[in-house]
Amino acid sequence: MGYALEGRTGTWEVVVGLEVHAQVVSKAKLFSGAATAFGAEPNTQVSYVDAAFPGMLPVINKVCVEQAVKTGLGLNAQINNVSRFDRKNYFYADLPAGYQISQFEHPIVGKGEIEIELSDGSTKAIGVTRLHLEQDAGKSLHDQHPTKTYIDLNRAGVALMEIVSEPDIRSPEEAGAYVRKLRSILRYLGTCDGNMEEGSLRADVNVSVRKAGEEYRTRCEIKNVNSVRFVMQAVEVEALRQIDVWESGEEVRQETRLFDPNRGVTRPMRSKEDAHDYRYFPDPDLLPLVLEQGWVDALKAGLPELPDAKKARFIGDYGLSAYDASVLVAEQATAWFFEVVAKGRDAKQAANWVTGDFFAAMNRLGRTIEDPPVSAEALGRLLDLMADKTINGKIAKEVFEAMVETGKDPAAIVDEKGLRQVTDTGAIDAAVDKILAANQDKVAEYKSGKDKLFGFFVGQTMKAMAGKGNPALVNEILKRRLG
Amino acid sequence: MALDPATVRRIATLARIRVEDAEVDKLQGELNVIFGWIEQLNEVDVTGVAPLTGASHMAMKMREDVVNDGGYPERILFNAPDRAGEFFAVPKVVE
Repeated sequence: MGYALEGRTGTWEVVVGLEVHAQVVSKAKLFSGAATAFGAEPNTQVSYVDAAFPGMLPVINKVCVEQAVKTGLGLNAQINNVSRFDRKNYFYADLPAGYQISQFEHPIVGKGEIEIELSDGSTKAIGVTRLHLEQDAGKSLHDQHPTKTYIDLNRAGVALMEIVSEPDIRSPEEAGAYVRKLRSILRYLGTCDGNMEEGSLRADVNVSVRKAGEEYRTRCEIKNVNSVRFVMQAVEVEALRQIDVWESGEEVRQETRLFDPNRGVTRPMRSKEDAHDYRYFPDPDLLPLVLEQGWVDALKAGLPELPDAKKARFIGDYGLSAYDASVLVAEQATAWFFEVVAKGRDAKQAANWVTGDFFAAMNRLGRTIEDPPVSAEALGRLLDLMADKTINGKIAKEVFEAMVETGKDPAAIVDEKGLRQVTDTGAIDAAVDKILAANQDKVAEYKSGKDKLFGFFVGQTMKAMAGKGNPALVNEILKRRLG
Repeated sequence: MALDPATVRRIATLARIRVEDAEVDKLQGELNVIFGWIEQLNEVDVTGVAPLTGASHMAMKMREDVVNDGGYPERILFNAPDRAGEFFAVPKVVE
């Protein structure tokens, strides 16, 4: 039994479906030649089409179509070679035309699937119902004036992919894992930058609860949740709210709600009370969107290696654990970094260094994989110094910190600081002599059976040699001398 | 199909058109005439005919992904009833 919530009347299961809106990476908008760049001055990236001036005709952007098809292929989904655009009618100040051009009955992409990984190491397939192309709306600023709302149409008409999941998700963890995996796939494909802070990726979360074995009960939709953490929180608090409603003898009403992260609650969205009557109809300005199979095949041939395939390869070719492989493939740039470090070297050791000391330094310094504290090539050369026994593992950590600090090459640091490993058995012998002479009581104890003291002698010898002794040789010599 | 007064009011609300109580009766009559006229289409036998949304059999033309429009906020805002700097200003709306 997985995630469940206990109520006064028994155990409840949570049912979640997600609608993710992903902003398409393109230079121009879905149906106009205005720019899509984030952060421009208000209303400077608006064409007459976007502002819905009378008589303007939309013409679709080929790259936006390409991006939707690539995303569909990346989700192992059916590509619909004929799709259609419809008008979704609703009234809102940041929607100049009074309708959004969307795809209702005939989306460009049909059923697909996303495999998510859970913390217990298991995986689960979450169905994707569909992906369709649509226009984004403008941006409303409600907090600039006491009685007015300010409207910026720069975002109006930017292409969005709405990716709808089946109600296969059963816990906050699964909801979070789904968004993270989808984001990872989109970023690999280069079809959405996945930047949740700038709103390039936002989720509508559909939540309902039920007792085991029941049909689905009424769901509520929580709009525009903009981080993975908030998606997870919203699922939980909304499920608890609904359980409370059912258990107090009332009915959950189907409605649109907002998640308030500061107060940790969801509340009804007033403006959406009668917005569900969208009166869809085919957009008479737009002909059917017809894709040539050859064009779709060419896009498929050009897809990059995606996270699942890369993970399988990292496990198969490099012998990594499933966990390490997942961590390394989550971002394409991390996977590239790892492969540079691992090439021609001990891959498991490379994975340990990348996910261990390297990630720690990167997070500590607030750096990113695109702007790493140590280059992949330099980290590789550090591993080489261990492989050829120039330094041991303990000294390597010291060298690594110096690399982070100074940006110098590992070999240069080893020379400067005189950290080269001592493999001269004469020098090790001399150090061992001193340690044994200074600790004759412990030598006697060891010889009378206290085996654990061996570690003490290793530690003392290494300390006497400033950590530079070759561990294998130190062990060997101590064994011989104490045996 | 005949529209009742409640449906007439709902259509008006969705279209953001103010309809006074005295007008509902008249509009109901007019809309029902329009519906009746369109309903004549039901007399056509469309068995075996695929749904059609346009008269043309052409497919959609596509545009290259090139920025060649926008950059004229003054022209976009020219007819705005109210503005604040480069923003449109509208009566406060709820989220």
